[in-house]
Amino acid sequence: MHIAEGYLPPVQAAAWFAVSTPFVVHGARSLVHEVRANPEAKLLLGASGAFAFVLSALKIPSVTGSCSHPTGVGLGAILFRAPVMSVLGTIVLLFQALLLAHGGLSTLGANVFSMAVVGPWVAYGVYRLGRRLGGGLGVSVFFAAALADLATYCVTSAQLALAFPDPDSGFVGALAKFGSIFALTQIPLAVSEGLLTVLVIRLLTRVSPDDLRRLGILRRPAPTPGAVA
Amino acid sequence: MKRFTRTNLILLLVVVALAVAPLVLGLGRGEEPFAGADALAEEAIVASHPDYEPWFSSLYEPPSGEIESALFALQAALGAGFLGYYFGVARTRQRLRGTPEPGTTPVD
Repeated sequence: MHIAEGYLPPVQAAAWFAVSTPFVVHGARSLVHEVRANPEAKLLLGASGAFAFVLSALKIPSVTGSCSHPTGVGLGAILFRAPVMSVLGTIVLLFQALLLAHGGLSTLGANVFSMAVVGPWVAYGVYRLGRRLGGGLGVSVFFAAALADLATYCVTSAQLALAFPDPDSGFVGALAKFGSIFALTQIPLAVSEGLLTVLVIRLLTRVSPDDLRRLGILRRPAPTPGAVA
Repeated sequence: MKRFTRTNLILLLVVVALAVAPLVLGLGRGEEPFAGADALAEEAIVASHPDYEPWFSSLYEPPSGEIESALFALQAALGAGFLGYYFGVARTRQRLRGTPEPGTTPVD
């Protein structure tokens, strides 16, 4: 989902910065607030960032014969709500733009929008919806993380189609083209990300049940039987 | 094996299977099988818009593929290292609180 450095026309690159900035600023405020209100949350916050760090570094082969990577932003968005992940996701993207020549500074606004804004919000929204509809923790987490991953790549496809409409078939043709490169490749990876996020949440219910209860992931009075590993 | 552990292992195995299956089935195509989707998108742009000139270039570019993969490995290692640290700390903390009886609230 990394749009390469310089591969968005200047005006569009600037527009994506304008769209993303408020989300990241709001996210930074939420992050500071969260840390002040719950200093003990710092470690779990770090772990959520670390999860995004690992997953976005892993390029995994897919059925389309190309490689892509998960984003890892779903976990933190489920635990700490979407805004916090906008900040952590931006840090990951900045690291990759500066050190790995992956993505770029000029396209940072667009990449932040897909991976650190839309991804986390989809994860958070799907998770809340899943729980409200009576879905279990595992099922809700799976769909939240998987759909967030997929949504990120759909947004990237749309961003590129807007910037580079097909000479013959226009925006729609370009959307289909970039969609087949990104979104299709991403389907099995999104499933993988969903499963890995479920795995981490399961482990967290064992080692950090108190944190999860405070964050509203586990119900307050009823501890899971055998909550200690 | 406990049910909890077994489910976790199955989750992990499915992830591994999803990653390995395309390789085993030989689904890679073209000159460079399993190229990155980001690079493919770049190629598609160049193909449909040959006149487009990237107007900005990376401030720093890893000098070789080896350095680049080293930096990617570093990124993964930092993340995995911290995750491991977290689970170590959290597990120990939970243990030191004592094992609560099932159905009772652990001490806060």
